[in-house]
Amino acid sequence: MAELVAVIASTHHPFYHRASTSTGEDRPPFADEWVRKVEAFRETLTRARPDVLVMVGSDHFHQLWLDNMPQFLVGKAPFYDANFYNEEREFGLPRMVFTGQEDLSAYILREGLDAGFDLAFSNELRIDHSITCPIITLRPQNDLPIVPVYTNIFAPPLPRPKRFVQLGRTIRDLVESWPSDQRVAVIGTGHLSLELGGPRQFGPHGPDPEFDRKAVEWISTGDLEGCLSEVTLDSLWEPGNATHGFMDFMLMMGVAGEGKKADYVDTYDLFHTMEAYFTWYPNGGDGS
Amino acid sequence: MSKYLLNKFLFTVDRDPELVERYREEPRATVEMWEAEYANRILGCHTGESSTWLRFDDVEREALAAHDYPKLFELGAHPFLTLTLFIAMFERDHPPLGFQKEYARRLSHMSLPYPDIAT
Repeated sequence: MAELVAVIASTHHPFYHRASTSTGEDRPPFADEWVRKVEAFRETLTRARPDVLVMVGSDHFHQLWLDNMPQFLVGKAPFYDANFYNEEREFGLPRMVFTGQEDLSAYILREGLDAGFDLAFSNELRIDHSITCPIITLRPQNDLPIVPVYTNIFAPPLPRPKRFVQLGRTIRDLVESWPSDQRVAVIGTGHLSLELGGPRQFGPHGPDPEFDRKAVEWISTGDLEGCLSEVTLDSLWEPGNATHGFMDFMLMMGVAGEGKKADYVDTYDLFHTMEAYFTWYPNGGDGS
Repeated sequence: MSKYLLNKFLFTVDRDPELVERYREEPRATVEMWEAEYANRILGCHTGESSTWLRFDDVEREALAAHDYPKLFELGAHPFLTLTLFIAMFERDHPPLGFQKEYARRLSHMSLPYPDIAT
């Protein structure tokens, strides 16, 4: 069976690419430390020596639209083009192309359906920055095949937080039962407190530092019970109107497992939002 | 009253560089043109299979024509769509992050719970 060699949860900050590649007067004062933190985080994936990446993210109204909106969708294609015109325009993100791991996509779709998730699928999916950002930060050489998994954290009505956790558990079960000798890492990105298009946006910190502190504690200790006891679809409006992206972190806690402490934790307090980086090694992370 | 159609306007204009510039320069004419030519297009169908029933009400049409993004927020347009398009049109006229901060300030009268954005 395949081996789950790393579980990684991260924010996906679309400004990282521009900040990290800018020079001279254009380089923001927070860039050097940000790059240092990201490179240290990158090493946590590198040392796990993955062959395949399952990438959990959320389309930001790019290909998926309100006339046909899936709650959970798995890509199954030999290739995925990536990044959209408005991401080039606003964030300076480059166009990219990924290779797909279709066998694992097919396995997750079939077995996921049988496990009770009515997964949508796409045979021609253009990936956006929720997945390209972690490739840029964690695997910039972009040399591994992927299975994209999209969640709806954006267009209410949304699945409840518990459902994200359940999907995470199911993804883990499916990766570990995939008849293959591949080494698989599951990488998912979301947000801590975040406001977009509202009065609390683009402040000196994330809109709710107290929520961020609690969220980092829940994630780093694997405290799913505590997290689920406080986080609801209604409560997530309070820390910021885009904070439902935190449910992708909850999905990743489901992958990592109840009570599983993260092996690597780092954060970076930036304007607008807090960056957060977590890695779990289900089998100890010795690279064997 | 259609949050969906407001969102469809923001979505389809934002992804089209030519429409972004047209909406910036001639908002009222662009809204009029869009409602006549784009509003009923189903994005996954050819134009012979367009819808027949979508139109703005007067308040929505005026909010779009006036570039009135606080009003769009109040009407329940999706804040991410509104923000992204308005950054594309007006960030260039401000110092770095200046437009984003002005945007927040102009919405500062809003408090929780924000207008419902559910479909």
